[in-house]
Amino acid sequence: METQKIEKSAPLVESVLSVESPPARSGFLRALWAIIWKDLAAELRSRELLSAMLVFALLVILIFNFALELDAQTRFNVAAGVLWVTFAFAGTLGLNRSMAMEKDRGCMDGLLLAPVDRSAIYFGKMFGNLIFMLLVEIIVLPVYSLLYNVNLFQPGLIVVTLLGSIGYVAVGTLLASMAVQTRTRDILLPILLFPVMIPLFIAAVKASGGFLQGIPMDEIWPWLNLLLVYDMVFIAVAFMVFDYIVEE
Amino acid sequence: MTTKPIALKILDLATILLLLVATGLVFFFAPLERVMGLVQKVFYFHVAAGWVGMLGFLVAAVVGGIYLARGDRKWDIVGLAAVEIGMAFAFINVVTGSIWARPIWNTWWTWDPRLTTATIMLLIYAAYLMLRSGIEDPDRRARFGAVYAIVGFISVPLTFFSARLFRTIHPVVIGTNQPGAEGAFDMTADMRLVFFFSLFTFSVIFVDLLWHRIRLGQLQDQVEQLKLKFNV
Repeated sequence: METQKIEKSAPLVESVLSVESPPARSGFLRALWAIIWKDLAAELRSRELLSAMLVFALLVILIFNFALELDAQTRFNVAAGVLWVTFAFAGTLGLNRSMAMEKDRGCMDGLLLAPVDRSAIYFGKMFGNLIFMLLVEIIVLPVYSLLYNVNLFQPGLIVVTLLGSIGYVAVGTLLASMAVQTRTRDILLPILLFPVMIPLFIAAVKASGGFLQGIPMDEIWPWLNLLLVYDMVFIAVAFMVFDYIVEE
Repeated sequence: MTTKPIALKILDLATILLLLVATGLVFFFAPLERVMGLVQKVFYFHVAAGWVGMLGFLVAAVVGGIYLARGDRKWDIVGLAAVEIGMAFAFINVVTGSIWARPIWNTWWTWDPRLTTATIMLLIYAAYLMLRSGIEDPDRRARFGAVYAIVGFISVPLTFFSARLFRTIHPVVIGTNQPGAEGAFDMTADMRLVFFFSLFTFSVIFVDLLWHRIRLGQLQDQVEQLKLKFNV
């Protein structure tokens, strides 16, 4: 009996060890982390991207303030819409810059020459963009709450923001890496991105609005499901087609 | 390559005949709808055009996938051809819908899920054409076009579902109607016959146009190659 037990547990030990031992997987994670870290380090030194996104986001909110005459009642109803439009616009700025940086300084060629899986490059850039997007949102949300006296600190809203941002950068990173390789690159990204992004925007605005207005959960669930489906579908598609976009 | 194949000539003739017959059927055979009257006749070509539009975009996405897998230039030509034809018919679909909506809904336009989806679909493929025009390298143009045709096509049903979670007023003539649909009607047997004949006719038009457009694409390719060869 004793020996049997030991024999049974042996494969378990092996499988635990083997999670770390194959070079392919740890290499993938290390490459992923290296790319994310590279973007963060570059940003920490220059602070170009984040400050531009942030100032732009605040400007958009300011313009909305005058364009929509955000009085107490309207402000309450349109908060979700204003926030998502702001994130979408600031997001394109970040996506464009993040990919243009790779292209202009020839970094993309370097990344492609590195002996790592192409999907590591995609996910690395995607997580980098996601971090910038979330940082902007972390600053914009409290500022918006403060300016308009709307309580945006609700767990539901934070989940929606996270899900929405993931979907946004999943498609955004893919399309931005196409857009930077064209002649009309800065103009092209929003034109490529926004029509594909509409279901995500509708769902995100509806779900955030639902949480803000205290609508019962069973009316919000369809929107949350849609966000989840969108994220999964487009991460899978982007993962499959990214190779063809960076191929030379 | 220079002369038109006989099969295509026959198809051209058949298409013209079918379209004439379909028009005749719509105006002289299909019964007049009791409530909406003459304007209901737009329905036969409206739905058929929408069908061809969707078919074109579906074909573009499928051949996009084939192109990425095989890397053969001819699939790119088919993809571009399908998108162009799809756009033309999707536009016809929107315009005929608007003509019908003016008397029935009392407005040219409303933000109904189908209308919204149709518009966004047109915008996606307009973006597709702009993407292509911004790239000189034919190989890259084909790859990016294929990727965007796939991504765009996948987003269309999601757009439709998201917009449908709002209340809709667009009638569903085939299948069950939602309460609140305005301008709905049940088809009689004669109407159904004309309807399916229009669908068939438009499908043939699609095949015919696609064939022409693919030939045009191949000729364009040849011209490009000749230009490169003789350094014009």
